[in-house]
Amino acid sequence: MLTRRIIPCLDVKDGRVVKGTNFVSLRDAGDPVEQASAYDAQGADEICFLDISASPEGRSTLTDVVARTADRVFAPLTVGGGVRVVDDAVRLLDAGADKIAINTAAIRTPQLVNDAAARFGAQAIVVAIDAKRRADGGWEVFSHGGRTPEGIDALAWCREVADRGAGEILLTSMDRDGTRSGYDLELVRAVADAVSIPVIASGGVGELDHLAEGLLAGADAVLAASIFHYGRHTIGEAKQFLAARGLPIRPL
Amino acid sequence: MIAVVDVCSGNLRSVEKAIAHVGGDPVVTADPDVVRRADKIVVPGQGAFGMFAHGLEARGLEPALREALARGVPMLGICLGLQVLFEDSEEQGPVRGLGLLPGHIVKFRPTDRTLKVPHIGWNQVQRTALGAREPLLRGLPESPYVYFVHSYYAAPSDPSVVALECDYGGGFCAAVRKDNLFACQFHPEKSQAVGLAILRNFVEARA
Repeated sequence: MLTRRIIPCLDVKDGRVVKGTNFVSLRDAGDPVEQASAYDAQGADEICFLDISASPEGRSTLTDVVARTADRVFAPLTVGGGVRVVDDAVRLLDAGADKIAINTAAIRTPQLVNDAAARFGAQAIVVAIDAKRRADGGWEVFSHGGRTPEGIDALAWCREVADRGAGEILLTSMDRDGTRSGYDLELVRAVADAVSIPVIASGGVGELDHLAEGLLAGADAVLAASIFHYGRHTIGEAKQFLAARGLPIRPL
Repeated sequence: MIAVVDVCSGNLRSVEKAIAHVGGDPVVTADPDVVRRADKIVVPGQGAFGMFAHGLEARGLEPALREALARGVPMLGICLGLQVLFEDSEEQGPVRGLGLLPGHIVKFRPTDRTLKVPHIGWNQVQRTALGAREPLLRGLPESPYVYFVHSYYAAPSDPSVVALECDYGGGFCAAVRKDNLFACQFHPEKSQAVGLAILRNFVEARA
């Protein structure tokens, strides 16, 4: 049976790990290669790097981080942030990434999703979507690390990128990110029902029960950062907790 | 020397580093002559079938691989490196494969809507009678978890080549063995300790 994945996410800025709280205040939590290696040793099912560097110089360090990670971490690696053209994806996949997450560039140039999927296969292309609740119901897509409202309906966008060949959706709730109050479960449920590709729930995990809630709402994988970064819980504890709740989890 | 065949695939570096990690001496190459000289050959593949099959042909690698196989050189195919062994694939096609094994590459079409495609993540594989004797699986758990990331899978016409089976809305072929050739749909280079054990067995096997 296919097991549900637990994915620790490392936000990387200028080659260092940080964690955004509502995408604004940042705390330094160390070297990304060391962190990835530690999560690998804990038995993480996949590891995610999201580059949030503001400058091209900062972003250019990511390829090196990915390559150094691939030297010693033999676990699946998803990498996103600043992927604008197919060549950016080539660079990161060559360095050792297994999947590439595209966010703003997919909104600007939706054809990029088709082109990247044709070149690398759908399974290598993740579209990252930052969604925020609208006052009148539903969710709106935001770009640029959650700063710019796009006036696009999140569910419609999820369906479109799936049609264009995305292999997976990394779904972040802007309302919940950094709040530690749990995933936006209605959003997770709505997207999981709307598309036939896997959905990774993101944004808001503060305790292990939130991971269970996300999976029970239909997520195929759960992504979290601070709950793991500051040693509150290990991946192993999360796995034991979820397995005890009856969820299909790869034992360590 | 273990040739890691460069067929415009993304996971070459991961495969190279994993083989070096377990004590092998990998050389990433697109040169058919280097492939001909190799003691062992790994054909990693990640990407789209059409691009991959075209790359094999355009780089003149196809005859080199066929010759090496005929000479009994141990070969390990990964993901598309398994799929390309069959007759053809639905992906971007039909596109012709090497036709070394009878059968076709088809897309997952689960009737259960909760099963998403691509099939991404850790799934458990079961040994067939052939798999129970498989030297590359020596020392592994009885039904290990390995990492998959794919939308298409091999449907062999000859079930006797299947070494590992997996289930995703129905059984599918996770690995094949035929003579000196072993190939798997999952990614040993990304399957942590289990994957490294398979690669170590391949590296340490007598050529």
